[in-house]
Amino acid sequence: MNRILKYILLDILKNKFVIAYTIMLAVIGWSSFTLEDNSAKGILTLLNLILLTVPLVSILFAAIYIYNSAEFIELLISHPIKRKDIWLSLFGGLAGSMVLAFVLGAGIPLLIYSDFSQSILMLAIGIIITVIFVALAMLCTIIYKDKAKGIGLTIILWIYFALLFDGILLFLMFQFSDYPIEKPMVALTALSPIDLSRILMLLQLDSAALLGYTGAIFNEFFGNTKGMIISFMLLLGWIVLPLIISLKKFNRKDL
Amino acid sequence: MIEIKDISKSFGKLSVLRGIDLNLNRGQCIALIGPNGCGKTTLIKIILSMVMADNGEVIINGQLITKDIAYKKMIGYMPQIGRYPQNMTIGQIIEMVQSIRNTSENLDLSLYQSFGMDGLLDKKMGTLSGGTMQKVSAVLAFMFNPPILILDEPTAGLDPISAEILKEKIIAERNNGKLIIITSHLLSELDNMVSEIIFMQEGKVAFHQSVEKLKTSTGTTNISEAILRILKSKVNE
Repeated sequence: MNRILKYILLDILKNKFVIAYTIMLAVIGWSSFTLEDNSAKGILTLLNLILLTVPLVSILFAAIYIYNSAEFIELLISHPIKRKDIWLSLFGGLAGSMVLAFVLGAGIPLLIYSDFSQSILMLAIGIIITVIFVALAMLCTIIYKDKAKGIGLTIILWIYFALLFDGILLFLMFQFSDYPIEKPMVALTALSPIDLSRILMLLQLDSAALLGYTGAIFNEFFGNTKGMIISFMLLLGWIVLPLIISLKKFNRKDL
Repeated sequence: MIEIKDISKSFGKLSVLRGIDLNLNRGQCIALIGPNGCGKTTLIKIILSMVMADNGEVIINGQLITKDIAYKKMIGYMPQIGRYPQNMTIGQIIEMVQSIRNTSENLDLSLYQSFGMDGLLDKKMGTLSGGTMQKVSAVLAFMFNPPILILDEPTAGLDPISAEILKEKIIAERNNGKLIIITSHLLSELDNMVSEIIFMQEGKVAFHQSVEKLKTSTGTTNISEAILRILKSKVNE
């Protein structure tokens, strides 16, 4: 597999878009901390910006790269290399380079300005979110052969996870506010990696106290080690599942 | 060397190949021709297992191609449009394919030299012209001395001098006893090069004949005339 991973990784890292993305993250990171007067506020600003931009950039860039590599993938298949290796190398190259861009861009200001354990958690969340959305992009590109449709699907997925899902949760909370829905809410958050990450991070910050009763329920579940492990497993599931489905489909795909 | 048995393939409702049977052997240089959409490219893609056939099987050197990918070591493929990752250099592409093929011995560098690839190794793929990319594809196809060469519109996009170099190389490899499959729309350039013609129409093999027979049976001196004559006689029927 690493026979081609190295070359794909080098190709993506030299891409101007990835360089611009790194710089953008660095600007967001430095400005979040220098504009706010304390680091707790800074990390909150950064969290919201990261949860909005990182998924969008990761899913779009990965999908466009895969579509543009259609002929390259054909060329690779004409050589003695397994389809599985080609697909996983593409995934590895994309995920690796986007993670590197994230760590270089957002990681440095985080480690400088913020509390160590908080910034490590933040970095871990950013890395996992990046990889999840690269995996989702691979799934989108395998579902639609047509570039326009596939990229449309990635944007719809992003809107759903980043914006719509919150709305649906709020709607449910208001509609069923007379019932004890806090526990089902915890389960529902598993359906969106972005919300899951946001809650994980918020509970580590002081502002968690503002979340009220729901916050207390969340804290009870996510605040302990067991809850943390379960939520990280769920996040990993969001990587593994799309990747495996796309790999299965790619193995049988007509190019 | 390549046995194709009753291959059929459809994309949705559109059936592209309807029962293809072919037997291709060492030392033959075969032109695969036919109108647009007759299934030439799909057939080639099935041989390279880029497309999975619905029915039938392809056997190369006694091995089913669906069993093991190792058979691809025997094939050099030159695509019609070679597009490569923008920021890879020519040198990296060649290096990568060498590491996939896991060989650095016994390389055939004659095209590499005659196309002057040495001076271009640091060029990024994104900056290359279409013709130069075709040259890269050609170099990669011939480099590993494969016994089977599949060339999809090999000379399209090449300048006349490079096209001539490539044609001479194809003839030399045919004389070395390799199996060469060429698809082309330029019938005139196939003269001197090919020994057999496979004409496909609507997903079927319309005829498979040696060039000699074709010429004598139609009383013509070159391939394009012979093909035209056959097509006309079919229309009259």
